[in-house]
Formats: sequence, structure tokens, C-alpha cells
Amino acid sequence: MSMIFGVPLAVLAGQLLIGVINGAFYALLSLGLAVIFGLLKIINFAHGAMYMLGAMSTVILFDALGVNYWVALFVAPLLVGAVGVLIEYFLLRRIAGQDHIYSLLLTFGVALLLQGVLTNIYGVSGLRYSMPEIFQGGMKLGFMFLPYYRLWVILIALLVCFGTWFMIEKTKLGAYLRAGTEDSQLMQGFGINVPLLISLTYGFGVMLAAFAGVLAAPIYSVTPVMGSHILITVFAVVVIGGMGSIGGAIITGILMGVIEGLTKTFYPPASSAVIFLVMVVVLMFRPSGLFGKEA
Amino acid sequence: MTQPVSQTEIQKAILEQQSADNRKKMILNGVLLLLLLAAPFAMYPVFLMKILCFSLFAVAFNLLFGFTGLLSFGHAAFLATGGYTTGYLLSNFSGLTTEMGIIAGTAAATSLGLAFALLSIRRQGIYFAMVTLALSQLVFFFLVQSEFTGGEDGMHGIPRGNLFGLVDLSDNYNMYYFVLAVFLGCYLLVQRIVSSPYGQVLKAIKQNEPRAISLGYNVNRYKVLAFVISAALAGLAGSLKSVVFQLASLNDAHWHMSGEVILMTLVGGMGTLLGPVVGATFVVNIEYQLSQGPLRDWVDPILGGIFVLTVLAFRSGIVGEVQKFVKKNLG
Amino acid sequence: MTMMKKLLTSAVATAMMVGGAQAAISDNVVKIGYLADMSGTYRDLAGPNGMKALEMAIADFGGKVNGATIEVVSADDRNSADVASSTVRRWVENDKVDLVAGLVASSVSIAVSDILEENDKLGIISGSAASSITNEHCTPNHIHYVYDTYPLANGTASAVVKEGGKTWYILTADYAFGHALEADVTRVVKANGGEVIGTLRHPFPTPDFSSFILQAQASGADVVALANAGADTTNAINTASEFGVTQSGQTLAALLLFLTDVHALGVDAAQGIQLTTGWYWDMNDETRAWSDRFEKETGVRPTMVHAGIYSSTMQYLKAVEATGSDDAQTVRQKMMDTPINDMFAKNGRIRVDGRMVHDMYLAEVKTPAESKGEWDLYKILRTIPADEAYRPLSESKCPLVTGK
Repeated sequence: MSMIFGVPLAVLAGQLLIGVINGAFYALLSLGLAVIFGLLKIINFAHGAMYMLGAMSTVILFDALGVNYWVALFVAPLLVGAVGVLIEYFLLRRIAGQDHIYSLLLTFGVALLLQGVLTNIYGVSGLRYSMPEIFQGGMKLGFMFLPYYRLWVILIALLVCFGTWFMIEKTKLGAYLRAGTEDSQLMQGFGINVPLLISLTYGFGVMLAAFAGVLAAPIYSVTPVMGSHILITVFAVVVIGGMGSIGGAIITGILMGVIEGLTKTFYPPASSAVIFLVMVVVLMFRPSGLFGKEA
Repeated sequence: MTQPVSQTEIQKAILEQQSADNRKKMILNGVLLLLLLAAPFAMYPVFLMKILCFSLFAVAFNLLFGFTGLLSFGHAAFLATGGYTTGYLLSNFSGLTTEMGIIAGTAAATSLGLAFALLSIRRQGIYFAMVTLALSQLVFFFLVQSEFTGGEDGMHGIPRGNLFGLVDLSDNYNMYYFVLAVFLGCYLLVQRIVSSPYGQVLKAIKQNEPRAISLGYNVNRYKVLAFVISAALAGLAGSLKSVVFQLASLNDAHWHMSGEVILMTLVGGMGTLLGPVVGATFVVNIEYQLSQGPLRDWVDPILGGIFVLTVLAFRSGIVGEVQKFVKKNLG
Repeated sequence: MTMMKKLLTSAVATAMMVGGAQAAISDNVVKIGYLADMSGTYRDLAGPNGMKALEMAIADFGGKVNGATIEVVSADDRNSADVASSTVRRWVENDKVDLVAGLVASSVSIAVSDILEENDKLGIISGSAASSITNEHCTPNHIHYVYDTYPLANGTASAVVKEGGKTWYILTADYAFGHALEADVTRVVKANGGEVIGTLRHPFPTPDFSSFILQAQASGADVVALANAGADTTNAINTASEFGVTQSGQTLAALLLFLTDVHALGVDAAQGIQLTTGWYWDMNDETRAWSDRFEKETGVRPTMVHAGIYSSTMQYLKAVEATGSDDAQTVRQKMMDTPINDMFAKNGRIRVDGRMVHDMYLAEVKTPAESKGEWDLYKILRTIPADEAYRPLSESKCPLVTGK
């Protein structure tokens, strides 16, 4: 068997594939952050909590009302999106125009609040959620066993990412959105309800996080703290990509998934730190990230 | 018959007013000092020392955030580096007196601060916050991996030792007065820095960096120095803390600690001298009181709520709001 | 050295006891402080419900011992050694707390036992896993009650090797607890004629285990062992079940798994996993009766830590009653002299290093067909006798044992 640095080629192929899958997942999460920052200049430290709410509500909806996975895929993000709209309307709006840092601190507080309350209600061991029947099992690829569910994750995540990018960068709606957030007075003059637009944009960004949460529910341990572990990693992805760059967030997400995957193969203990190393290096050479506009 | 008030008389009145103000300030400071000196007889000394250590940490952070306008999201790294270095040296070299260990810990944090500053200082706003966060995560990784830190078990049984080889610090009162002296020294130092010409430049940078540049200031040099001083004081806080508690643990290095110091500064009032001290006292107390009482399972959400409330309603913090109130009603 | 001083004072105290002198309950109150993680990672295995278990013990004892009232205070340690140490310092130095119970995170337990030694008060550690607590970190002022990493590795690893799992691949959480567990497993596997063909150290916490599970599969080992805890373990088990680790003929062995973890995973994902536990609620009538009462109070079935908190508190109160004293050394000596026979342990005993040794159990998670209810999760395969399970004193590095 051919080897690369002592790792069989077949194993490496498997790791790369897994890296891309995790990368697609990161892309989905960082996309929402990038939308929120790019359009609204809000640094959303509640993004991890929204991801958690997506996963938790999937489980809770199933336990309480028997809502199945497919329905949850739509309903949970909508619910969490509504929570997002409320947060924007009642909290974030009040600090509009202040330094971005305040949005970071405010959303950090919101995250602590949500996590703490849910911990007291549901505990930290995790909620049980079974894999939907149709995804059980997987296929043998020769170099690895690929569960069907991971295949689904990568397909749907990439689809949603591409769709979002297309909508914001290439459609009229996206143009309104970009214009409305850049020059709100002008758009207001054109008769567009800018405050509503802002609420909906925040809600949409949060929905993307919640959608990732639903995707995570069958494969990861669903707990109130699941978001806080992933939050700063996802933030690192967005910063490396260039805060606010939608395409940058997607490409960097996948790239970081692969880099993390390779680290997990060659030097596993560093796999949680590698992303920060990349971030420091990238920002040294490109102060606004890989795809960010110069500030 | 009224005499026209002469120029000199007005000046005299102003001067009198000023000296009265100064006298009031002196009296206030004197009372505060007496309170601090008497405090360990009324309250538990170790708890007071904890407040002083975190106050120093917040004062250090505020020098950067409140006075220079740089939000570091990685200050936990300095707190932890100071603590672990001091702890390691005092535990392994019995010849060292306590102050030598503390100086070494502070020096380690200072050098780390210089490294952080050189890597991050050119970045603006949120990028600056994120680079410091990333760097502190790398420090966290190093501390987790290193044998000498004891990993998540932490470093325990650090000897308090003797100050200058003379004063036995295992006595809580001796320890308290030592920590108090260091804290007051640092507080006065920061006060001096802020009111010095150098401090004025920092404020100018905070208000309008491009203007400071066009006035010919080498802005980055000023910022690096502020960062290094801030890191040094944060490291000193960590060193003291490790001696007080006789332990160092990974909590100090975790990014939540960097978040907590932001909370302390914000709640107390950023950009004011006393703010971080009030904020640290408030947060440490709240955490302590809550974790003992009937609400002990709800500390996190309550802290989260305080965060939200502060940002929404009291952005200038406790001290800032009090100042505003005084100005409005008594000024 | 303080250790020597403590030994001397304890010897003196015992001598005085024999002489029939002293013995009284200070200020006529026995005060117990319950310190545990109430809001973080370890909340469910001890946490607020552990407090309930403690209160049950006090109520069963009648709320008084030798006429002295029993008082309880509690606090959240926030998994932080310095929050824990400032709390406990105040408890013992100001609030006259006699016993500190609960204690989960190892950094917390070690910090607290240092303070207890300094102030000569007693601590009973029920939640921590680190075996170093009664080895290099032992003090004459604490007792480690429920379990530690040594029997976990011993029980599970030797059983699995004996069943034919000769080659092992270990996924280790990359911190002191994981390293200790990995070392213990490696030793046991070798001693039983098996071989560890690979280890992988993953960061803590790790949200996604797929990459690591893939490497474990590629290793071709008979057994994939998980030397981690909490969310890492449940995530790894979930992923292993998704990637068909057991279907492809590998055995999954989890070294530290609590009832609450298995409950969260469900029998679908966790079935067939072998693990070692110090206690299980459904072992006999006594355990069932107590667990029914516990469930009435809390709504959940107890973990071994909950049961241990109840049992150790009862033992402590009995010792206070018998000696008529709340002096730490007197009570600890009495507890060491008294074998433990209750719903938690049969013939348990507390050794000089503070380790409570008792029978441990090798359990297997039931299949969905076998499990008859939400909490019907384990079948007990084998009892591991106390002397086999725990680290023998001959290997101890504890100064109380070696006399150094």
C-alpha cells in the first residue's frame, strides 16, 4: 500500500473526504455569521447558541409533538429565525450605530442566558435523537465506509450555501439587501422598510445556524452547551475568510475542514488549535482575511 | 452698596473651590484607604485578595480597552502565563523568595504581551480582537499540552513562601497587605500613565486614530507599549493570584476568562479609573453570592442577563453612571 | 513536612481517644458543605441531584446526631479550582464546616483536599475519576469513595481481553485524566496477553469524531477503547455506531460511562458496550427501593455518584455518632475501622490512603429488545472483587502508605 508520511493513501483519502464533509458543515455555520456581519455589521456571538437551539428544538419538537426530521428541517430554523427577529427587534436595534464591539458583548450575554436556562431545564448529558430510518447504514467506498447521512449533510449543506450566495450576490433581492444596509436613508426614500429588512436579515442568518443544528441533531450529542464549543472555531473561519465575505466564508469553511482533517490524521492533539494558527498566519499577510475587502 | 468683583477675587474663588475639591478627594481617598486597611478584619481576607487580584486584572485590561480603545479578547493568556510561571518557579526552586517568583511571572507575561502586540497591533477593531483570541487559544493549547502545568488537574500546593525572605506570607493578613500594596502601587501607576502626556496620546488614538497619525505620532509604537504594560499588569495579577490561592488552573487561560474581564470592565465603567475595580468587585461578589445561595444553579444565565442589561442600558457602567448622575444633579 | 506533622497529630489524636479523653461535637452542630458542579459539564452525574441524595441521608439519620443538629450548605464550584478553594476556605475557616462532600472535577478535588489538610477538616470525594487523588495527591483529610480510573481500566480491559479482544486501539482525551486511563488500560491489556497497536490523542472537547473513528477502523484492531468522558464519549459512541464500528467486527469499550450518558445515548446507539461501574440502581431490592425514593425526589434514576454521596454521608454520620466527635482524624479513623455494608457497597472498607475499596461490576448495555424501560440500561455480567479492582497498596506512592 502506498504511504504518505506513514499514513496509508486509502486512510488519507477517507480523511480528506471527512474533512470536506466537516468543512461543508463549517461553511454553513460561518455563512450565517458572514451574512449577519457583512450586511448588518453585527458580530453575532449568539451564533453558537442559535445552532444549539436548532438542534435542541428538533429533539424537543419530536419528543413533544412527534414532529419528524423532514418537518423539523423547515420548522426548527423558522422557529429559531423568529427568536432571532425578536432578539434583533428588542435588543440589537437599541445599540444600532454604536461600536460593533457592543453587538459582540450583547450577543455573548444572550448566548450565556440561553445556554444557562436550557442547562437547568434539560441538563448537560444530551438529549436522545435517532437517525431517520432512511439514512441508516451507508456505502462501502473501498477506502472507507461512508454513512448515508454524511453524504446527505454534504449535499444539502453545499446546496444551501450556494443558494444563499446566489441570492445575496446575484439577485435583485440581494441587491436591495446590500443597498438597504449600506445606505438605509436612500432605500427608506424608495419606500423600502429598512428596519424590517434588517430584522429579517438577522433572522435569516440565525436560521442558517439553526439549520446546521438540525443537521447535527442525529449525529452529535445534543446539549445546551454544544454551541459554545463550536462558536469560536466558526468565528475563526469567518475571520480567515474575511469578515462579511459570503463567498469567502463558504470556501474557507471547506478549506478549514480539510486542514483540520489532515491535522487529525498527522497530529491529532493539535486539531483544535490548528485553525487559530492558520488565522494568525493569514492575518499577518492579509489583514482583512483571504477574501475580505481592505478596511 | 456692592463692590465690583475683581478678576483676582474670581481666580481666588476658583482656586479655593479647587483646593476644596482636592481636599474632598483627599478625604475620600483617605477613607477608602482606611477601609481597605481595615477590611480583612471585617471580611474574609482570601476573598478580599481574590477581589484585588481580579481588580488588578480588570484595571490592566481597561488600560488597553478603556483608554486606548483596543479590545483584546486574549487577556486570559497573560493572567495564566503569570500564574503558571510563578507557580512553577516557587514550587520547584525553594531558594526563590516569593517576590522573585512574582517578578519572574510578570516578566514572562510581559514578553508574551510583546509577542502578542507585535503580531496583532496593525489589525483594526474586530480583527484585533480575533487575532488576540487566536493567539490566546494557541497559548491555551500550549498550557494543556505541557507537563509542568498539570493539565486539567492544575498546579497545586504552590508555597506562599516568605516575602524578601522575611515576612511569612502563609499568614493571611500578611498576604493581604502585600497584595493590597501591590494593587495600590499598580493602580497609582495606571493613574499616572493615564494623566501623563503619553496617556493623552493614547486617548487621542482612541478618539481618532487617523488624526493622531496626521499629528505625527507613531501610533503603533504607542499602542504596543500600552499593550505590553497591560499584559504585564495582567500577568502580575495572575502571579499574585497563584500565590494567594496556591494553585493555578486552566480556567485562567480559557477564553471565557477573557470574556469575564470584559464584563467586569464594562459593568464597572470602561475608560474610568475606578470602574474596573468596582466592576471586578461586583462580578466576583455576584458570582460568589449566587453560587452559594438558592440561585446557585443560575449563575451563568444571570451573568448573561447582566451583560445584556449593561450593554443596553448602562453602557458607561456603574462608575460612569454615578459620575453622570453627580454631574447632572450636584455639579 | 506538613504530611509528617499531620501523621503525628493524628497519632496523638488516636492516642488521646484510647485514653478516653476529649470527644465532643464542636459548637453542637455538624455542618456539611456540598460542593459540586451545578451548571457545567459534570452537572448531571452529581450536581443538584447529589444535593438531594445528601439531604436524603440526613433525613434518614433523623436530622440530628447525638443531639447535635446537622446543617448543610451548598455551592456551585463552577468547575474552577479557585472558586472551589475560596468557597471551601471560607467554609472551614469561617463557617465551621466539618465535612465537604460532592467534589467532581479533579482540579477541584485536589485543591479542596489541600485546604482541608491545612485546616484539618474532612472531605469525601464522590465524583472524581483521577486515581492520583489517593495516590500522589493523598492526604490524611480526605476519602475517595465511589470509583477511580484504576478499576475502570482494570475491570473493562481485562474482561474484554479475556473474551478474545487481543489487539487494542485507544482513543484518548488529551489531558491528564485521559492519559492516566490510557496508561492503566495499556498495562492491563499487556498483563492479560493483549497488545495495544495504536493510540490517538484527541483534543478536549471534540465535537466531531468521524476522523478519529475512521482511523480506529483502519487500524484493524479487535477493540476500540474510549479513554475519555462525558460529551466526548457519547459523541464517539454515536459516531462509531454511525460508521458501523461494531458491525465491522470491532468491539467498542468505553472506560468511563455514567448512567446519564447511556440514558442520553439510548440503547440503540449504545447496545453491547461493556463498561465498569461502582453501582447500578437495578441490582437488588435494596438498590431498587432506594432508587425509587431518589426518583421520587428528582425525577431521574441515580448514578453511582448519587448513591455514593448518600452512602458516604450515612457512614460519616454513623462515625460521628459512634465517636461522639466531629474531629476530622477521629471520625476518619472510625470510618476506616468500620466496614461498609449498605445499599451501595457490601464489605467496603476505607484504606489508610483514603481509598474506599468495594466490589465493582462489569456491565453491558442492554439491546433494545432486552431493555424494558427508559432507565433499564445495564445487565451486570460479573462482580469484580474489591481486592482485584483497586490499585494495591503495594503499588501506592501515597506518603501515608509508604511512610516517606
